[in-house]
Amino acid sequence: MKILTADFGSTFTKLTAIDTNTATILGTSKSFTTISSDVTIGFNKALDILNNSIGSIKYDKILASSSAAGGLKMVSVGLVPDLTAKASRLAANSAGAKVIKTFSYELSKLETDEIQSINPDIILLTGGIDGGNQKVILHNANAISKLKGNFLVVYAGNKSALEEAESIFKKNNIEFECCANVMPEFNKLNIEPAKKAIRNLFIKNIISAKGLDKVQAFVHAEIVPTPLALFNASLLLSKGTKKQKGLGDLMVFDVGGATTDVYSMCDGTPNTSNTFLQGLREPFAKRSVEGDIGMRYSLSPLVTTASPDDIADVCGYTSTDILNWVDKCTKNPETVPTNEMEKIIDFTISKFAIEISADRHCGTSTKSFTPMGEVNIQFGKDLTAVTALIGTGGPVINSPYPKETLKSSCYSLKNLNSLRPTNPDLYLDEKYIFSSMGLLSVSHPDVALKIMINEFIKY
Amino acid sequence: MKKIKLVIGVIGADVHAVGNRILDYAFTQAGFSVVNLGVMVSQKEFIDAAIESDADAIVVSSLYGHGEIDCRGLREKCDEAGLNGIKLYVGGNITVGKSDFSIVKETFTKMGYDRVYEPGTSPNLSILDFKLDFGLITDDEYQEGLKDEDING
Repeated sequence: MKILTADFGSTFTKLTAIDTNTATILGTSKSFTTISSDVTIGFNKALDILNNSIGSIKYDKILASSSAAGGLKMVSVGLVPDLTAKASRLAANSAGAKVIKTFSYELSKLETDEIQSINPDIILLTGGIDGGNQKVILHNANAISKLKGNFLVVYAGNKSALEEAESIFKKNNIEFECCANVMPEFNKLNIEPAKKAIRNLFIKNIISAKGLDKVQAFVHAEIVPTPLALFNASLLLSKGTKKQKGLGDLMVFDVGGATTDVYSMCDGTPNTSNTFLQGLREPFAKRSVEGDIGMRYSLSPLVTTASPDDIADVCGYTSTDILNWVDKCTKNPETVPTNEMEKIIDFTISKFAIEISADRHCGTSTKSFTPMGEVNIQFGKDLTAVTALIGTGGPVINSPYPKETLKSSCYSLKNLNSLRPTNPDLYLDEKYIFSSMGLLSVSHPDVALKIMINEFIKY
Repeated sequence: MKKIKLVIGVIGADVHAVGNRILDYAFTQAGFSVVNLGVMVSQKEFIDAAIESDADAIVVSSLYGHGEIDCRGLREKCDEAGLNGIKLYVGGNITVGKSDFSIVKETFTKMGYDRVYEPGTSPNLSILDFKLDFGLITDDEYQEGLKDEDING
């Protein structure tokens, strides 16, 4: 069977032709995404390029993912920051959304104004364990109902307040979907139902709102958000199939122009003795998105976070050189480094991007002294024992030293408490096929796994 | 009738887990809805859990003698978090050594705890207190309950 996958990115439309009988990639191509006019123009251009290189093929199936037109833009709302608000963010992230902001407690006028200006596709509303607090989620349901715009609501909060929330939404003509609570019991995550509800709304409403219905008309499965395809590919690569072993515990770094996405497939329970796990137990499959860490659109906040002086120290140029480069890229996000200095600076900043996003994704462990002796207190996931680390996204794939770029995600003495991988095998998605394999994994998991293991370059 | 909801846990760096499990069992059996945070619980965790679960009371245990330091300020933080008037109970070995319990009780009462239990208290006494405090039994029933030999271990 010949399958064609298409990924409609914010900049490029990328095609991958796959032969499932031989489990090989026949070819890849890319062309600029043309979402503002007619998205099929860019697709056909890329297809022409592909046909020119591998010949015209009759495809049995066409599959598509999209992060064009801003991707799936969401805000999530919860009650306590470390509990349901955090759970709501984890749920939205795992559905492949770009969560612009997470809010907690009763939404204020200022905050609803902020949501209005973010203009999200979907608002995920949570708060209260089942039978717990109802006041706050109902206040927030009312506040959200007063917003203007074409947004949808997913209600995944206290089941006891569900009926009243439903009537608030109906009264205000808000389109919504209800599902089970993201935190039915204290500290217990249940993010799958919310993930499914977000997915349903994406298929039902957002594909056409983003101008993708022309694509939906000729593809053979529902279009999925690109990060969800990556999420599925990562899970498959980690767990394997009945016939083939996967790579086990792993992490994936997808560095982009606007965001950096990190995926971890690992239990994350403590690897050292005398360690107490505190706070919310995070899920086996976790995705985090750093909206302020990107190599072009988000270069300025990234460099501010990393500090231009620190970048200068590492790369050997001055902080003025760094800031000039930031200026240049901010003015024109399509800038590519042309001379040695720009190449080194770009490479160094990408290392910081990976390091910062790894720090935020991984858990922490701090020593505490008690009357019973020394103990470790762990928050989040312990990813020190992760055995495989995969890099994807332009800045990593096109890096002059991909291995060095990826390695900056590992455990370092600079930040002793961060539970980052200590000694993983490093892999590179050189052909940029990760999201394509996620699409393929739904119908052909064994083929997708085989191709990933064959095509990813191991260092 | 709505079940009374209790958030329980062992505060501070204290890892004594057995008593915590016994309280969880006893309170649940007595008909209360229990959110058990386990051991090494910070004040913030008690408060977060109480907000999220809409709890009626926080029941703090401390076994290792540092209770006074760990428990100080919980009432003020509850007020700040909007948990006005939530009942606070504390018990265990909440101070070091065999100090005069009436002084200990006064200290903790001043800190804003509604009831303070001395070492060796039976869970049945606190259950009886919860029932009285939340209007599940009358004063007379309470007095009758106090005569029960289970209360005294």
